[in-house]
Amino acid sequence: MSDTKYILGHFDHPDDLMDGIDKLQKSNISIYDVYTPMPIHGIEAKLGVPPSRLPIVAFICGITGTFAGISLLYYTLHKDWPMNIGGKPTIPMPNYVPITFELTILFCALGMVAAFYFRSHLFPGRAPRVMDLRATDDRFVIAIDAKNNTDHEKIDSLLKDAGAVEVLYNERKYVSYE
Amino acid sequence: MSSHNESILREPLVTGKNITYAKVTNDILVPVENKPNKAWWMGFTVAALGAMLWVFSVSYTFWTGIGAWGLNKTVGWAWDITDFVWWVGIGHAGTLISAVLLIFRQNWRNSINRSAEAMTIFAVICAATYVVAHMGRPWLAYWIFPLPNQFGSLWVNFNSPLVWDAFAISTYFTVSLVFWYTGLLPDIATVRDRATGLTKRIYSILSFGWTGNVKTWQRFEIVSLILAGISTPLVLSVHTIVSMDFATSVIPGWHTTIFPPYFVAGAIFSGFAMVQTLLLITRKVMNFEDYITMFHIESMNKIIMTTGSIVGVAYLTELFIAWYSGSEYEMYAFANRVAGPYWWAYWTMMTCNVISPQLFWFKRIRTSIPISWVLSIVVNIGMWFERFVIIVTSLHRDYLPSSWAMFYPTWTDVGVFVGSVGLFFTLFLLFLRVLPGIAMAEVKLLVHTASHQQKLKLIKEGHLDPEQVQFYKDSLDKYDSVSEEEIKELAK
Repeated sequence: MSDTKYILGHFDHPDDLMDGIDKLQKSNISIYDVYTPMPIHGIEAKLGVPPSRLPIVAFICGITGTFAGISLLYYTLHKDWPMNIGGKPTIPMPNYVPITFELTILFCALGMVAAFYFRSHLFPGRAPRVMDLRATDDRFVIAIDAKNNTDHEKIDSLLKDAGAVEVLYNERKYVSYE
Repeated sequence: MSSHNESILREPLVTGKNITYAKVTNDILVPVENKPNKAWWMGFTVAALGAMLWVFSVSYTFWTGIGAWGLNKTVGWAWDITDFVWWVGIGHAGTLISAVLLIFRQNWRNSINRSAEAMTIFAVICAATYVVAHMGRPWLAYWIFPLPNQFGSLWVNFNSPLVWDAFAISTYFTVSLVFWYTGLLPDIATVRDRATGLTKRIYSILSFGWTGNVKTWQRFEIVSLILAGISTPLVLSVHTIVSMDFATSVIPGWHTTIFPPYFVAGAIFSGFAMVQTLLLITRKVMNFEDYITMFHIESMNKIIMTTGSIVGVAYLTELFIAWYSGSEYEMYAFANRVAGPYWWAYWTMMTCNVISPQLFWFKRIRTSIPISWVLSIVVNIGMWFERFVIIVTSLHRDYLPSSWAMFYPTWTDVGVFVGSVGLFFTLFLLFLRVLPGIAMAEVKLLVHTASHQQKLKLIKEGHLDPEQVQFYKDSLDKYDSVSEEEIKELAK
């Protein structure tokens, strides 16, 4: 029992999982993380996960794209090589709109997704830090650090009380992906 | 709480008995985890032959030049741009389903968005081939991007809609790809965690190390929502800019302000028709009937009917404005479309796009799979003719009667077009084999809210208005995935 690193509570219904989180929190047992096969609304608030700041990143990237677009057009059409195209002005605002708009969207999408991948450590070839293989299939898994929370029997009974279908005592943190 | 009971008045989005999360995964991964069946191989063989024809025709065009096509001095733009606009239009449904329907919280998108987005990407790839092929010197394709060229510091002409198009299409492709792949990560992780050996290693790389912890899901949801928010104006802008390729010119028949909304409606129209064509077969062959239900088919048919009617109004408006404008040349261009040498193309377009979708007003037709499938193909034929009519009939009789000409395609024109259809189907069939064709994580959200099983549970518990229960029972009649026995059992 002393070799146990993490206790995993398996649930097969998201409502039971939420109940399990409530029960653990009432007994002051800290939760390491929760792994689910689908997004569960309201779980962040329960676990005290702060709201994502990605919308701010998206806005900054988008506005950068807007300025990049306008600067590109202003520099090429007006400053670097002004051309007489059908007598049109060299700063034709309506004609600036499409490219500025497309660059805004492009910068916003790429910047935001890059920030998401970077902050969540997602990149091709990263060894998946998976605690349980069924957490991407049909199980909702609460992981509890067994070293910090020593009363294992209480955790066991709390989880089972909430409707856990299985409680695992893992001696390794992650499932091996070598 | 994460799951709440949906109103009994809403039709189920997932049918079938004993639906559990595990069953969703098992059902959807059948084509990915097993060897393909005969139907797949037959389809793939035909599609791959088409793709080979495409490789050959495009290579021949590169080798000989644009002279390989049936273009002449009067009609300098014909099948290439027709096919380009057709493919870009088809691509629009994927983004519409994944973005616009997400913003409007239409949960029925959850089981069709993945394949529709894949379709978008493949359609844009097909469209891009025409852009490159029609350049004549495709090795100089990079000249459309703003690089100071070798004559000094001369830049591309940013006043030209063709340059806007290059920006629009490449942005559209990039954003669609990013949106699609980000959505795929959780599902690739599911495949990874069930696989062994080499498959596991490959999917492990593709999954980017996805684990499904709380913070990542939170970010995933916000990223999806913002991508949907920016893709919505993007998808509208793309076909608007495509229409400006024509509308900003001064050719009678092209120079019309109605083009942007008219093209966007047409794009959604043809895109949904293509989704319908593909999904009606996919659901049958891959046994996805419980996930892509009659409700989905009927909803898509309603969209096809609505956008078809918008396109019809646009056709009539064009005719009215041609007359009302008092411009002789404009009026001639339209008279020539309706009754000139290409009258048959115009009336094919009118029949396929305006008249035939009106059949969907009848519920019996809307919920019939064979008729829906045939009509979806009719719509795609009609939409191809729409672009052909706009492009060729506006060009073939110009201001100088001595240069009036007709357009006759060569075998290369036909080869590039038929080949691109083959390429499209090849890519789609490969996609169905290697990636989950339905977004599993998103369908799992529906299991305890919008499934037939959940509604049955609610009915059995009682406490519901009997009138509403009766309404629900009646709505099940059209479902081919709910057997009569199941409905009878409900009646007890």
